Amino acid sequence: MLKLNDHKALLIRFQPLLGLLLMVVIFSIAAEGFFSTDNFWLVLTQVSVNMCLSVGMTLVILTGGIDLSVGSILALSGAMMAGLLKNGLELPAFNLFIGFTVIGAVLVGLLVGSFLGLFNGLMITVLRIPPFVATLAMMTIARGLTQLWTGGAAITGLGEIFGYVGTARLVGIPVRVWICAAVVGIAILVLKRTRFGRYVYAVGGNERAAKLSGLNVNRIKLRVYTIAGALSAVGGLIVTSKLDSATPIAGDGYELDSIAAVVIGGTSLSGGKGSVLGTVVGTLIIGVLNSGLIILRVAPFWQKVIKGCVILLAVAIDRLNTKE
Amino acid sequence: MALSKTDNIVLQARSISKAFGGIKALDGISLEILAGKVNAIVGENGAGKSTLMKILSGVHQEYEGQIVLDCKAVTFANPRQAQDNGIAIIHQELNLIPYLSVAENVFLGREFVASTGLIDYGAMHRETTKILEKLDLHINPRIAVSDLRVGQQQVVEIAHALSLHARILIMDEPTSAISKHEIEVLFGLIRSLATQGVAVVYITHKLDELFRIADTVTVLRDGKLVGSSPIEDVTHDYIVRMMVGRDMQDFFVKANAAKPQDVLGVRDVCLAHPRRRDDLVVDHVSFDVKAGEVLGLFGLMGAGRTELLETIFGLHPKSSSGSILFDGRKVKVKSPTDAIGLGIGFVTEDRKMEGLILEMSVAANISLASLEQTERFGLLSAATENQLVRDYIERLRIKIPSLKQIVENLSGGNQQKVVIAKWLVTNPRVLLLDEPTRGIDINAKNEIYRLISELTKSGLAILMVSSELPEVMAISDRIIVLSEGKKTAEFTSSKATEELIMKAAIPKSSGLSKAGSHFAIEGKMGSQV
Repeated sequence: MLKLNDHKALLIRFQPLLGLLLMVVIFSIAAEGFFSTDNFWLVLTQVSVNMCLSVGMTLVILTGGIDLSVGSILALSGAMMAGLLKNGLELPAFNLFIGFTVIGAVLVGLLVGSFLGLFNGLMITVLRIPPFVATLAMMTIARGLTQLWTGGAAITGLGEIFGYVGTARLVGIPVRVWICAAVVGIAILVLKRTRFGRYVYAVGGNERAAKLSGLNVNRIKLRVYTIAGALSAVGGLIVTSKLDSATPIAGDGYELDSIAAVVIGGTSLSGGKGSVLGTVVGTLIIGVLNSGLIILRVAPFWQKVIKGCVILLAVAIDRLNTKE
Repeated sequence: MALSKTDNIVLQARSISKAFGGIKALDGISLEILAGKVNAIVGENGAGKSTLMKILSGVHQEYEGQIVLDCKAVTFANPRQAQDNGIAIIHQELNLIPYLSVAENVFLGREFVASTGLIDYGAMHRETTKILEKLDLHINPRIAVSDLRVGQQQVVEIAHALSLHARILIMDEPTSAISKHEIEVLFGLIRSLATQGVAVVYITHKLDELFRIADTVTVLRDGKLVGSSPIEDVTHDYIVRMMVGRDMQDFFVKANAAKPQDVLGVRDVCLAHPRRRDDLVVDHVSFDVKAGEVLGLFGLMGAGRTELLETIFGLHPKSSSGSILFDGRKVKVKSPTDAIGLGIGFVTEDRKMEGLILEMSVAANISLASLEQTERFGLLSAATENQLVRDYIERLRIKIPSLKQIVENLSGGNQQKVVIAKWLVTNPRVLLLDEPTRGIDINAKNEIYRLISELTKSGLAILMVSSELPEVMAISDRIIVLSEGKKTAEFTSSKATEELIMKAAIPKSSGLSKAGSHFAIEGKMGSQV
C-alpha cells in the first residue's frame, strides 16, 4: 500500500520531466532535424535567458510573491550596459565625462538590475504593496526608463569583447549555457543547503508562523526580489551581448514566459512548494516546444495558442494529482 | 443486517474504511445515529472521529463501506448533497466568512432573491432574526461575523445548520474555543434540538461533557470502533480505558515548588486596540515569572490573554507600551527575533495558522527557529539537523514514521509536540504557552502536563494561558486572572478556588454583553469582584 503510494508520489514529482521527454520523443519523430547536436545547443542557448529569469522567479514565487518586472528590468539593465559602453556617461552639470570598460559597464548594469529588484522588495515590505501591483508598476517604470535612456532607438555596435558572453564557446559549450548552469547550480545549493533557502520555503509556506519563529520575513523578501532583479540583469547581459544591440523593447513579455516555466515546473503559485530543478524542466519544455514548432513550420500565431494550451495542461494535471 | 431495528435510527454507517496515503484512518467502522438523541463520539486525536464525520457529511467521497440514511443506501458527491439530505456539520474550525454579515452567512448560497433579481435583504434579515431568537442569540443580523465572539459565531453556525432543516447535526468539538458560560448556553441548545427530534452527533474528548450532554457514547481508537453504549451503562474510567486502551492514573502531574529567582518581569504593559486606538486590549498589566514555576494566566474570551503573550513576544512593538524585564534588567523586545534571542519561546494557540509550516517536514519545522545550530561551514547539514531534532522527538515521544514526514498529516497532539520541540531546541529560559492542550487528546494532554513539570524542574519559567479552569489550577504554581485587559487577581495555587478565579475573570462592566443577551447568566453569577 505504502509502496504503491510512494511510486505515485514519485511519478507526480517527475511528471514535468516525463512530459519533457515525451515531447522530445514526439518532435524527434515528427520534426526532421530536431534531434541533432546543432539543435540541442540551439535550444539550450535559446532558453538561457528565460532560465536566468525563471530561477529568480522561482525564488519569488516560493515566497508566495510574483515579479512582473523581470522583462523590463532585463531591458533597462541591458540598455545601461550598452549605453555606458558605447557612449559613456556625460554629466554636463559637473562638466564631467565618464568612460566605461566592458567590465565596468556590465557591473553597473548588474547593479541597476539588483537595485530595481531591491526597490520592488522595499515597495512590497515597507509599503506593503501587493507584489503583483508593486512589480506591475516597476514593469512600466523600468520600460519607460529604458525608452528614455535609449531615446527609443536601439544601441548597437558594442564590440567583440562585449559580444563574448552571447556568442563564444568555452570548452565547446556556449558561454551562455555556462552562465545558466552556474545560476541554476548556485540556486539549488542556496535553496537546499542554506538557512536563507529554508527560510524562503518557510515564508511561502506560512508567513505568520515564520515570523513567530523569529525569521526576519521582510529581509528574506528583500533579498529574494533583489536576486530576481540581479538575474534579470544577467538575462539583459546575455540578450544584449548576443544581439550586439540593446533595444527599448527587449525582454517584452518575458515575465510571462518565466512565470509559465515556473508553473509548468510544478512550483505552487501560493508559495512554499516547488524547486529550481522543476523550473529548469519547465524552461526546457517551453524551449523544446518553441524549437519543435518552428521546425515543423507551425504558424507563429498557432505557436502561441499551443504554448498556452501546454501551460493549462501542465497545471491541470498537477491539480488533478494533488487533489485529495 | 436489520434495516429497521427501530424508527429511531436515522443514519447507519456500515464498515466504513478510509486510508490517507497508506495510513489507515478508519478501519471498518459501523455505527448508528439515533434521532432525538445526543450521540457522542469520543476518541483521542487521530482516532478517526473527524475523518468519519467528513465522510458522513460528504467532504470525503472516496471510502469503503456504506452509508444508510432512512434505510436507503446513499452516497454524497459533495457536502451540498449531504446538506440536501439533512446532514449538517459544524467543524472545529468555524466555516464562516468573516466580513459577511450574520444573515449573509446563514443563507450563504441560498440567498433570498426578490422578483427584481436582487437579494431581498429585508426578508433574509427577518428570517435570520427568527432563527437566532430560537437559539437565544439576540443580535443584529447585519453585523459582520468578524465582530462576534467565538461563542456567538458558533451559534451562527448552528443557525446556518437549522436553516437547512438539518435532521442530523454533527458538531466537532464545539466547546474547544468557548468560555464556560457559552458552553452552558450551547448545552441548553443541544438539548432542545434533540427534544425537537434532531439527531445530534457530538464529537469531543472532554469526558466530563459526555455525562452532562450525551445519550449514547461511541468510542473510537486508532480508526477502529471500540464500543458503543448508552451513557447510563458506562463510567468515566471505563471510557478512558476504552479510549487509551490501558488504565490511566493521575491525570495531572504537579510541578515542583517554585524557586525564588525572577526571570521574566512585565511592568505596566499596555496594548492598544488595533482599530479603536483609545481602547486598551491589555491594560497596565504587571507580573513576574520565576525560574522553575508555572504561572497560570486565566481569563475569558476577549480578556486579552493571547494579546498579552504576543506583546511580550514583541509582536506589537508599535501599539504597546510598558516594559519587559529579563533577569531583572530592562530589555527591548521589538520583534520575535529579539524575544527568541533573549530566550523566550512562544507556543501559539493556533498551531496550524501560527505554529507550523504545514507543508514542511517534521525535522524542518523543529529546526526552524534554530537553524544556525545545524550549519556546518555555512551550509545546512542534514545529518546535524536530524541528530538535533531526533533528541527532541524521542524526548517528547512524537510519533512519526520518518523525519521527512509532512507535519500536515500528523495528529493534533503530535503537531503540538512538534511546536513545543521547535522552542525547546532554542534552549529557552521562558516558555509562553497559549492553550497548550487545546484540541488534543487525553493521552497527549497528559504527556504535555508531564513535560511541563519536567521542564520547570530543569529551571524553565513557564507562563501558561488556559481557558480550562481545572487545568490552570492543577498545573500552575501561581495564577493571575485577566478581565477586559486588566489584571484582576493573583493567587498562589493553594489559595485559588474556582469561584475566586471565576469571579475575577467575569467582566465588571457590561461592555462585553453589548452584542447579545447571551451572557445574561454572567450577570447573575455575580458581577462584582
